[in-house]
Formats: sequence, C-alpha cells, structure tokens
Amino acid sequence: MDTMTLDAAGQTAASQPESAEREAVDTNTSKTVGKPFCDDAKMRMRNVNVFYGETQAIHDISLDIGCNEVVAMIGPSGCGKSTFLRCLNRMNDTIEDCRVEGELTLDGEPIYGQKVDVVPLRARVGMVFQKPNPFPKSIYENVAYGPKIHGIARRRAELDEIVENSLRRAGLWNEVKDRLDQPGTGLSGGQQQRLCIARAIAVSPEVILMDEPCSALDPIATARIEELINELRENYTIAIVTHSMQQAARVSQRTAYFHLGRLVEVNDTETVFTNPQHELTEAYITGRFG
Amino acid sequence: MEMHFDQHISRQFNEDLESIKTEMLEMGGLVARQVADAVDALSNADSELAEKVLRAEEEIDKREMALDEHATLIIAKRQPAASDLRMVMSVTRIARDLERIGDEASKVAKMAIALTDEGSSPRGYTEIRHIANAVRKMLNDALDAYTRFDVIAAMRTLTEDEKVDMDYRTAVRELITYMMEDPRSISRVINVLWILRSLERIGDHAKNICEQVVYLVEGADIRHGHEDKLKTK
Repeated sequence: MDTMTLDAAGQTAASQPESAEREAVDTNTSKTVGKPFCDDAKMRMRNVNVFYGETQAIHDISLDIGCNEVVAMIGPSGCGKSTFLRCLNRMNDTIEDCRVEGELTLDGEPIYGQKVDVVPLRARVGMVFQKPNPFPKSIYENVAYGPKIHGIARRRAELDEIVENSLRRAGLWNEVKDRLDQPGTGLSGGQQQRLCIARAIAVSPEVILMDEPCSALDPIATARIEELINELRENYTIAIVTHSMQQAARVSQRTAYFHLGRLVEVNDTETVFTNPQHELTEAYITGRFG
Repeated sequence: MEMHFDQHISRQFNEDLESIKTEMLEMGGLVARQVADAVDALSNADSELAEKVLRAEEEIDKREMALDEHATLIIAKRQPAASDLRMVMSVTRIARDLERIGDEASKVAKMAIALTDEGSSPRGYTEIRHIANAVRKMLNDALDAYTRFDVIAAMRTLTEDEKVDMDYRTAVRELITYMMEDPRSISRVINVLWILRSLERIGDHAKNICEQVVYLVEGADIRHGHEDKLKTK
C-alpha cells in the first residue's frame, strides 16, 4: 500500500513495510497515518496548533487540500475538525483568546500574514455553515450582496448575470427565478442552504469550506447538496466537515479523521471506508467503542 | 489490526455480525460433512449414504439463501464500513463457494451410485482417496482459518491447492493411459474422472475461502493471482 507517514518535522517519508507501520501506530503520538499531502495543493497547512486560551484544541496538524478536490473531515464531537476548518479562512479571528500557530498558505501565500486583509481572503475562501443563514433580504440581494461589497460587479446587468449564474450553479435557479424579490428566509431549509451556497460562490471563491452543510436538512435536500458538491468540485477546492460518514464516503476524494485535536489518518476515501489503517479510524467509522 | 466484532456501540449490530458468521460456519460444517459422506459412499459402495447426500443438498441451498438475505438486511440497516463491511462481503462470497462445494459433493454422490450399480474393480480409487483427503483437509483448514481470523494459516492452506491440481493432472494422465489400454473400461473410468474433477473443484473453492480470510483481515483482494497485494507476513 502506498502509504506515507508524517514525521514530527512535517515532512513526508516513504513508509516502512506495512506490518512495521501498523505496529508503530501509537494513539498518543501526533503521527498522521496515510496521505496528508498532495502534489497540487491549493491550501497547505503545516504543524498547525490552535489554542483557546490555555486549552490546546489542535495539536500539530499538517494537511494539504488539493485543487479540485473534496476533502472530508470526520471525527467525534470536540475532535477539532470544525476548529481546523475555521482556521482556513480565519473565522477563528472573531473568537477572543483563540491563537493559531503554524504555517497555513493559500496558493503558497500565508493566510495569517500581517498584511493579509481577511475580507478578500474570505472572498477567496468561502464558507457554508451548518444552519442555513440567509440574510433577511430578498433572494436576489442575498446573492448580490457579496459581489457588490467586493466591487466585483459595477453595473446592474453584470450583477443580474452573477446572480443568475450563481443560483444556476447552486441548482436553485429554476425554483426561485420567478420570486427573486421575495425574502430568502421564506425558502425551505434545503433551498436556504443552496441559497447560502449560491451566495458563497457569487464572489468566485477558490475554496469553499462547508461545516456540516446538511445536518439540518432532510434526505432529499441532502442528496441535492451532495450532487451540487460533486459538480462544484470541477471548479473549486472543497473542504467539508460532516458527521455523516456515508456523506463523507459519497462526496469526498480524501477523508481526514480527527481525534482529540489530532489528525489521526488521512487517506483516499475508498481506503478509509473499506480498509482504514489506524485502529481509531476503524473504531470510529464502524461505530465501536473508541 | 485486530478483529473485534463485539465492540460496537450497538449491541444488536454485534449480534447481527456474530450471527451471520456463525450461520456461515455452520453451513461450512454441513458442507464438509457432505463431502466426507460422498467420498465414503463411494469408497464403501454405500448407495444409501450417497442418497442421503443428495437429499441434504436442498438444506445447503436454503442456508445459502438465508445467509444472503441476512447479509442484505445488515447492509440495508447498518451500512457497514471497514472490517464490518469486509465481514459481510466475505461471508456472502464464502457462502457461495460453500454452496458450490455442496453441488460438487452431490455430483460425487451421483457417481458413487452409478459406480456402485455397475460394481466392478475400482480403478482410480486410490487417487480419489488421496485427493479427497487433501481437499477435505483444505476445506476444514480454510474454515478454521476464518474462525480464527488467521491469515498465515489461510495462506498456507491456499498453497495446498497447487499440489491438489498437480495430483489431479497426474491422475488424469494415468487414467487416460489405462483407457487406451482397455477401451472397455472407458465409460467407468470417465465416471471416475468426473469424481476427480469434482474433488479438484472443491480444492479451488477451499482456496477461494482462504482468499476471503485474507480479504477480511488484511483488506487485500488477492483473488486471481494477486497475492502480491498482500505485502505483510
């Protein structure tokens, strides 16, 4: 098996023969099993540590998110997956006491650089949250808001085009094209979530972060969003946190398993769900006592 | 990684998995009995025992179908992953091989009846006994290896199949020579050849079971000569 291990210095090393590697797996070290890195990384994270005051929430995590790839992050509640996701567009900045260490880059440029303005950063790295949170404005305004404040569209015609395109790509256009002036909050939960996705893609982001985007949705709306994620992958890089393992298995190319603030295993999704290499991953995805 | 199928948070899931494994091993026991009885019926010219083998085939078919149904239900209800998923897949694949072994045992039983009715000198019986012992041992060892999740035992048993294949080819050559020397024996000897063929197939199915042990424990699919996928050991 083509496994790579990550040593303390965050460098890749060709793995030992599998048997040796399996014995070497120690649940108390921060070694990540599998393939945390890729050749065409859009975002590179190295030795990331996150603290909330005195408490360390993330321990020395290194991970790449590749271009046109969906990376799923799974793990029990409190394992740090959402915290890690929120580091990727500096959403943690809003939390007092939260400190992020390590090297995080987008296209090779540091995300946490002194001169980095988070507003354009968040336009490049968009986010969709667990609960659909449309603005209390019309459907049109929800999507048009971002392009307006980022100065992407100057004329009404341009804006109209962006709104239509975004809604089309989010698979919502046909359902709302006749009532664009009605409030976004009047849509169903699944439609609201797709509206939030349309809002996220309206500013042409390069990366989309999704934090349990389907946990408040019914199975049909969930299937729509998953279908959408699959289509969006052609143009965007996507990182998704999910509690549904079947969802991770369906939408992602690589799956990362987090446990107690550590990244235990990252592998091709296929491998993680049929033959995980770490016993903690196995225990989690099969519903055993961890 | 060690195999633990009794540590799910859902106790019902533990029981479901334990139960399909037990069902499969019970079916394996029945099938092994069928093979032993069919060979004994032949050696002892015991038509009654051969008839019993033929009657028992229905039971084995029923068990295969029951096992498939239970496995399907587990997939529908639990969406098993990782070792659980491999457990369900391997059990259904093995059930299929066991059912085929049952079919081969029935063929041997039918031939035993035909040869007993004809009743004359048992040419080729030594070879039959020899190969029968080898494949019966393979089958028992394969099921044992599954019970104990023992990849090493499975790999050892798996290689036994080469010897069986070689013994089979040698026996066929000898019997062909014999038929050329004594054409009156042809119809009888062909029945003996069919039996050898069935026994050789049983060896192949036992080998398949061993491959499923490897798949279950290591997650490597080594069927069709892909032993290289198994890097460990």
